[in-house]
Amino acid sequence: MSEQQRRGGDGKFGEYGGQYVPEALMPAIEELTDAYERYVLDNEDGFMDEFRERLRDFGGRPTPLGRADQLSERYGVEVYLKREDLLHGGAHKLNNALGQCLLAKYMGKERIVAETGAGQHGTATAMAAAHLDMPCEIYMGRRDINRQRPNVFRMRINGAEVNPVDIGRGTLKEAINETMRDWATTVETTHYVIGSIVGPHPFPSMVRDFHRPISAETKRQSIDAFGRLPDAVVACAGGGSNTMGIFSEFVDAGGLPGTDPATNEAGAEDDVDLYAVEAGGSSLAVDEERGVAPNSASLSTGTEGVLHGARTKVLQDADGQIMESHSVSSGLDYAGVGPELANLVDEGRVDAVNVDDDAALEAFHRLSQAEGIIPALETAHALAYLEEHDDPSELGEYVVVNVSGRGDKDLESAIEETATRDLPNAPEMGVFEGEGGLR
Amino acid sequence: MSGQSHIPAAFDGEPAFVPYLAAGDPNYEASLEYVEALERAGADCIELGLPFSEPIAEGPTIQQAVVRALEGGMTVERYFEFVSELDVDTPLVCMTYYNLIYRYGDEEGPEPFVERAAAEGIDGFVVPDLPAEEAGPLREACDEHGRDLVSIVAPTTGEERLQRLVDLSSGYLYIQARLGVTGARASVSDRTSESLARVAETGTDLPRAVGFGISSFEQARDVIAAGADGVIVGSALVDIVAEGHETDRPVAETAAELEELGRELKEGALAGTETEASQAD
Ligand SMILES: Cc1ncc(COP(=O)(O)O)c(C=O)c1O
Repeated sequence: MSEQQRRGGDGKFGEYGGQYVPEALMPAIEELTDAYERYVLDNEDGFMDEFRERLRDFGGRPTPLGRADQLSERYGVEVYLKREDLLHGGAHKLNNALGQCLLAKYMGKERIVAETGAGQHGTATAMAAAHLDMPCEIYMGRRDINRQRPNVFRMRINGAEVNPVDIGRGTLKEAINETMRDWATTVETTHYVIGSIVGPHPFPSMVRDFHRPISAETKRQSIDAFGRLPDAVVACAGGGSNTMGIFSEFVDAGGLPGTDPATNEAGAEDDVDLYAVEAGGSSLAVDEERGVAPNSASLSTGTEGVLHGARTKVLQDADGQIMESHSVSSGLDYAGVGPELANLVDEGRVDAVNVDDDAALEAFHRLSQAEGIIPALETAHALAYLEEHDDPSELGEYVVVNVSGRGDKDLESAIEETATRDLPNAPEMGVFEGEGGLR
Repeated sequence: MSGQSHIPAAFDGEPAFVPYLAAGDPNYEASLEYVEALERAGADCIELGLPFSEPIAEGPTIQQAVVRALEGGMTVERYFEFVSELDVDTPLVCMTYYNLIYRYGDEEGPEPFVERAAAEGIDGFVVPDLPAEEAGPLREACDEHGRDLVSIVAPTTGEERLQRLVDLSSGYLYIQARLGVTGARASVSDRTSESLARVAETGTDLPRAVGFGISSFEQARDVIAAGADGVIVGSALVDIVAEGHETDRPVAETAAELEELGRELKEGALAGTETEASQAD
């Protein structure tokens, strides 16, 4: 990797990336780029040491890589699960939230704002902000608030304000718009903790780097567990942060100072196949007339455009109006995707695939029953991809799936969505019907 | 080649009144009348919004206008029809977000959009999500078709960035009166005069138009008195459109109200020159 690339370059990944934001934000983005280069890339003032220490002591890293015995038997391949669901807060999101809140502190910022979709990033940010004693405000679409009540409560009890966003369809896209508006007003004192590898440079590179420990640990743990690197790594992609988190060291090893030398020496990254699993929703077809995509598969079906500060693949109509996306999992329900991931797909380094809502729900029940792990609906997409294969052995002998988060937050949605479908492996749903029907 | 931008003439002489409306808000026909009413009110240049689904720089008033216009069937093609059907002589600036410009035409990039816009009579562009870093291709397309690219100067813009913006821009500079998003406010921020002074120090002869929050005669007067060459007014006018829509008021009545507030703002701007003159020693 060249020095230019290591530094996140000019924020361009092939044709993608860039900084498409209002002028009012540009000085803050310049300041953040400078801070990212100094503290994260050069470990100035021991920033990365403190980050790693807090990830360990507060976050609970490293997370385990464990063999999924029942799934391995079912698919006839060795399935290993990277357990980001065991990270503090219940999802990979804490890596980034903690990294950015700490960076904000080093930069002397006084206040944190963030958007959230599934509420998982909001929860992680609220926790990190409380941990570092910083005031925090979270924007969340009204529809997502209704889908993710437990996480809303978690944010509130960690001391964050949760601001509902009513405009549009009330999902992640609208929440990002609203957080950008807040940031444009308060930019001099506030840091915007964006929740995925999206947005203007340096966010995509910086967020990726905060999630790199997932990848570094996976490499080391694979060697410990089965003596070599996996043949395939599978992760779900909304914005793409858990994807790039677990892919990054396979794409370019040793991206950060202090990376475990063992992970670099493992080498042979190109032999590891990387799969980004998107939300196919209810259909890959698009309703141009209504401007609605009944999926969130921007890598598979999107076109090049500019959304939320970056040029990337987006779901849009012929004019360039951004479409409303859809997924059963609110964390994947977004019309764009990270520019680096989009570029890796174009380059053929990452395969973009997708599974639909039904397959994800089935996988949600399957993992719960087979392994005693209730996955987030987002994660369930990655797991469903194994099932979609007629012959999973095509993936290779050893397959690692990134369990990006746990499903506690999704229980209400899962009850509701399961009840409307004929899933072969769902438990008897009648027991959930109280006097007033479901819920 | 489709001629040259008429924007410089708008700032020739007296202080300019530059209103903004979203094209197609709340529907195509009414919107035509509203824009024409603003010309009668004395508009020197009109910022005509091309609605984009993610208006990140707008406050609630203009966000809702954009939603109404999109729901009313506004598209890029309809926008160009709108522009060509408009019966105004005032220079027109297309205010929109980069994705619509970038996506237009068969090949990606801003040139096809600029070519078409120029052919329909658009004189310039203001694109709030396009900082100097990304504006190169649009600047080139504007040069090729004799159009202006108006940059927004924010209160946070430092010396170095300011120079870059001045070098990039033509037509006028849009001085953002305060941080945040668009929306009418009770008072104009102190940072306005500071920004105006900083721009003057660069030695540019680009006109300086101030926007974000201006809604009254007094504010227009004060902004001009502080040294601006023009006032940009959006949300205060859009509020009238919204109210007319919500109360089912006849289009002609709403147009009349727009014209009335427009005149007041133009008069405020003119009054600012006198204040400025009397303040000068
Ligand atoms: C558990 C979990 N996995 C995955 C995602 C998707 O985000 P990303 O694609 O950035 O990893 C989310 C988003 O909220 C999430 O909560």
